[in-house]
Amino acid sequence: MLKDEDRIFTNLYGWFDPSLAGARKRGDWSTTKEILAMSPEDVVEVIKASGLRGRGGAGFPTGLKWSFMPKEVKDKPHYLVVNADESEPGTCKDREIMRHDPHKLVEGCLVGGYAMRACAAYIYIRGEFYNEAVALQKAIDEAYDAGLIGKNACGSGYDFDVILHRGAGAYICGEETALLESLEGKKGQPRLKPPFPAGVGLYGCPTTVNNVESIAVTPTIMRRGAEWFAGIGRPKNAGPKIFSISGHVNNPCNVEEELGIPLKELIEKHAGGVIGGWDNLLAVIPGGSSVPLMPKSTCDEILMDFDSLREVRSGLGTAAVIVMNKQTDVVKAIARLSAFYKHESCGQCTPCREGTGWMYRVMQRMVRGEADAEEIDTLEEVTRQVEGHTICALGDAAAWPIQGLIRHFRPEMERRIAAHKAGQPVTAVAQAAE
Amino acid sequence: MSTKPIAEAHLQPDSFEWTADSKAFIDKVVAKYPAGRQASAVIPLLDLAQRQHDNWIPLKAMDAIAETLSMPRIRVMEVATFYTMFNLAPVGKWFLQACTTTPCWLRGSDDVMRCIKDKLGLSANYTSTADGQFTLLEVECLGVCANAPVVQVNDDVYEDLDYDLTAKLIDDLKAGKAPEVGSMSGRKGSMSKDGPTSLVSLKDSDGVPAWFAKKQASAGGDD
Repeated sequence: MLKDEDRIFTNLYGWFDPSLAGARKRGDWSTTKEILAMSPEDVVEVIKASGLRGRGGAGFPTGLKWSFMPKEVKDKPHYLVVNADESEPGTCKDREIMRHDPHKLVEGCLVGGYAMRACAAYIYIRGEFYNEAVALQKAIDEAYDAGLIGKNACGSGYDFDVILHRGAGAYICGEETALLESLEGKKGQPRLKPPFPAGVGLYGCPTTVNNVESIAVTPTIMRRGAEWFAGIGRPKNAGPKIFSISGHVNNPCNVEEELGIPLKELIEKHAGGVIGGWDNLLAVIPGGSSVPLMPKSTCDEILMDFDSLREVRSGLGTAAVIVMNKQTDVVKAIARLSAFYKHESCGQCTPCREGTGWMYRVMQRMVRGEADAEEIDTLEEVTRQVEGHTICALGDAAAWPIQGLIRHFRPEMERRIAAHKAGQPVTAVAQAAE
Repeated sequence: MSTKPIAEAHLQPDSFEWTADSKAFIDKVVAKYPAGRQASAVIPLLDLAQRQHDNWIPLKAMDAIAETLSMPRIRVMEVATFYTMFNLAPVGKWFLQACTTTPCWLRGSDDVMRCIKDKLGLSANYTSTADGQFTLLEVECLGVCANAPVVQVNDDVYEDLDYDLTAKLIDDLKAGKAPEVGSMSGRKGSMSKDGPTSLVSLKDSDGVPAWFAKKQASAGGDD
């Protein structure tokens, strides 16, 4: 278990003063000028050496991503864009950073922005986070007033702006190029890549998009050293990470833990255990709605990190753990996610626009058992036709939960179909199928 | 993609003017973006228009935004229809946005919806009570999953709801007083309801981590 002394977000629960005075007391902004006295390359090297992988879902190494930016500022300015469009079902961690520890994010913008020679950071926060935006704007204003950002930030001679931009309710804007489109004042429809944002991003300028948590941990890494961060967690899966635990646990919560913590320990130590006990566990979605669920047999031993979860054909995603116990109608739980993806498809690519609606309608019938058993294969096949055939990953995200359901709970789907065919009531409660 | 009603002609005002406060705000917002990139302000301005105009955006306001930002009207309309948070027809004083996505559903969003139906008679999207006080919209994940289920009322999210707490929320709103924002069950933030399982050792030290306290001590407390 992660020790308190290794936790980065010491105000995760909002016990203490989130303002600049409180943040300074907790160590934020303490040696920023010294960090900015390093060369940008050296800052990138520290982040690379720390092993930090992106906290927004994909787990791409943050330092490596930063190194893709041009080494010199030529005719176009560089931008850092912070993805605060936290909308992946199950995920509610960035919200806590922005309302309780906002200075970690603002300082991280300066450090990350400096490392990429950016002139400004735009923080794109989801529109529904109104009060969080107010809290974050207050922190930004405080930082400007104290000379920490703006002209000659922290007395370093470096000019850097931090600008908060509120979205207006669209999950797709969490996709980095859709976010850039939205920030430019358009519908949030993803761009074809290449060109990648590091070459052609916001306003056609070199841009890197990072998740809130990825950026907010960087000042602490710079202060405590890459070795400290790399020493927490497991090889290639370094550092502490905020886990959001929701669903059928006794005490849903956010908690900062080390990557690689066993799922069972995470749930039992921090979330008060599964409702009805561990043996009453049916399945867990370990990384937000887009990753396939895992049956209990996998949950018993699984470690919560990028590589361990990939090995069992799921993913760490945003580390949003959605727990379902044996009283769950698991087909309906996944069908509700199909409704989500149908609602959130931006409509640009045909396989996703049409596919999410089609999968949603079939899933509705699967809930009631109003289908032929062969249609499970057809459904599976259609998910394969959507997956990998769209500009962005929303199509994949819509396909994977259904694939996970079929992989692990096919007998339950068949049972409902058989019951419906036999004119028996299709009971809502699923039994464990593993 | 969101599908939402656009107010019929007889509900559309004949004109829309920015208030003085709005105009001052617009100058500040447009200055956030590089010269010539004022279209970036379209979402902030749609939000502003909605706040200025009883929580919905008339067509004339979109025209005003197009003019203010020198962009084609259709581009403004495109953005206004794409994003869920923009209302293009009148809504009640209390705009209930109830989340029913899986994490909220697992925690009982069905009970929340049942309560809204029992107390207000609302179950379909964008329907309002006869007195025009409440409008309902079932929304997708609000990003507050560790405090599920939740309902957002205008700008504020009410968390940890069940049937009875939803009833209390509605009663309070009916009485014209919005309850304190956040958890309706009295929980603090997204900490475990049975008390913290982490950070306990920092509770009495203002959250100052040991490494920093040590550093401060050796540096004599200097920044």
